[in-house]
Amino acid sequence: MNAGIDVPTIERFGALYIASARLKSMSKWRTIIAAVDIGNPLFYLIAIGIGIGVMVEQGSGTSGTNGIKYIAFIAPALLANTAITGIMDETVFPTIEGFKWRKLFFAQNSTPITGRQIAIGVYLAALCRALFSVIVYYILLLAFDVVNLGISILLVPIAVLGGGAFGALMLFAAAKIEKEDQFFNILGRLVIMPMFLFSGTFFPLTSMPVYLQPIGWISPLWHATELGRESAFDYGISTTMVAVHLVFLFTLLVIGLLLATRQFERRLSK
Amino acid sequence: MSNPLISARGLTKKFGDFTAVDAVDFDVAKGESFGLLGPNGAGKSTIMRVLAATSQRTSGTVEILGKDPELFGPLVRAHLGVVPQQDNLDGELTVTENLYIYGRYFGLSKKFIKNKIEELLEFAQLEEKRDVKVEALSGGMKRRLTIARGLVSEPDILLLDEPTTGLDPQARHILWDRLFRLKEQGVTLVLTTHFMDEAEQLCDRLVVMDKGSIMAEGSPASLIKQYSSKEVLEVRFGSDRNKEVAPQLATMCERMETLPDRILMYTEDGEKLLEKITHAGMHATTSLVRRSSLEDVFLRLTGRSLIE
Repeated sequence: MNAGIDVPTIERFGALYIASARLKSMSKWRTIIAAVDIGNPLFYLIAIGIGIGVMVEQGSGTSGTNGIKYIAFIAPALLANTAITGIMDETVFPTIEGFKWRKLFFAQNSTPITGRQIAIGVYLAALCRALFSVIVYYILLLAFDVVNLGISILLVPIAVLGGGAFGALMLFAAAKIEKEDQFFNILGRLVIMPMFLFSGTFFPLTSMPVYLQPIGWISPLWHATELGRESAFDYGISTTMVAVHLVFLFTLLVIGLLLATRQFERRLSK
Repeated sequence: MSNPLISARGLTKKFGDFTAVDAVDFDVAKGESFGLLGPNGAGKSTIMRVLAATSQRTSGTVEILGKDPELFGPLVRAHLGVVPQQDNLDGELTVTENLYIYGRYFGLSKKFIKNKIEELLEFAQLEEKRDVKVEALSGGMKRRLTIARGLVSEPDILLLDEPTTGLDPQARHILWDRLFRLKEQGVTLVLTTHFMDEAEQLCDRLVVMDKGSIMAEGSPASLIKQYSSKEVLEVRFGSDRNKEVAPQLATMCERMETLPDRILMYTEDGEKLLEKITHAGMHATTSLVRRSSLEDVFLRLTGRSLIE
């Protein structure tokens, strides 16, 4: 053999090889991705900023939202939700495809690349996609004068962190399920939808009945949204709560990735 | 065998209660073309996945290039080219993109891969398809591309799981020609197949497998010599009469197999035996004299056909 294969280098950078292959695959869909990432926020900003927002402010002013314009109040949530859906698309589909539909992971694993590296590579590429979507959204928020350029830029990493925490769990779930038929229905209707509605997205979590609030507590979207509001608008959250939000999101991310990498290794070595 | 590239002892793989591979022993020497011949479900693909350093064995020892594939997965895989039973190319990417990305997984430099791609496109006869998306290729082309992909890292050992299953005869012959060239270049080939003609064409040595165990081992010629006669006379008397005449025919040859549609008679001289049968007043509707093949070896060893 004289191809010059350096296994220690692959052990160090293998996940990046996978990530770059994933980004190459994504780039084949760039027109659709760009259309979705620009179109989706536009629709929300118009419908809610101009439609619902005006109605809410006519009703109660900004007293229900700590003095923040309604559209600005929901903007951090929309950003985090964008990161969540973006990262979900780029973890769930490639993972099921890799294990089942086209078995690409088995091809990757027949090289020195390990299952763990494949999991991390897919995840990193998904983070890149989420980062792109969130940046596009943020630019539109600036353009619509919802936020001012400055400290509000922290909304971007916070949204990606929220997406990353959720995405790590999705990576594990997609690697775990063998029969995907009902998975998408359950995920879309019983996880994503309620999370979007009950995570303090459109109204503060505390304005919901106490028995519904736990949905928000376990929702990465709520934690990312609260962090975003605090960083962008000085929303009035205690330092302790900021720490709680950060710890929660990072813990979820780490646990999700540990479970996912282990599951990738297991499923590939059956 | 001194310093075999691959060595397996008591290799066993269980899935729950089911034993897919049951304590098999074999060695593969450098430059050898080694085959696993057996029907579907014999455990061939399971062995291949263990040799590919991806699947964990239940017990036994395996050494590939002197290393345990379970402990040194990436290091062992760096020396292997793997062609799985089911093509797992990326259909959304082009022919060259598939080769390029796969080469990157071995950490190979861009320059090395670019040069290698030219060589491999020629080898796989895919020069004109270089910028075509893989999903648009024919089955034979995809198979050749999968083999080319397995060669991008210049492996010491090429593992081929059912390389020609599902291909038409012409595509099979093109593929055999390509694999034969690799053999001439000294690449060690390990292949599974349930086609006896493929095993005869490509393998220097093979093991005959059934239900997770090795039934016999040797070169195609030596196996035929050991387990079958020189020639085989195939006679048909019509499905109802086959059973009727069988007892009388059995006395006329060394060994006989009665299949549902025909009777196989093992002998040193087929023509002579046919004459004898006709002389005895039995008239076969059709008859055929042929050389013994690995199919006959398998039938002898297991009492079943390779392809059922």
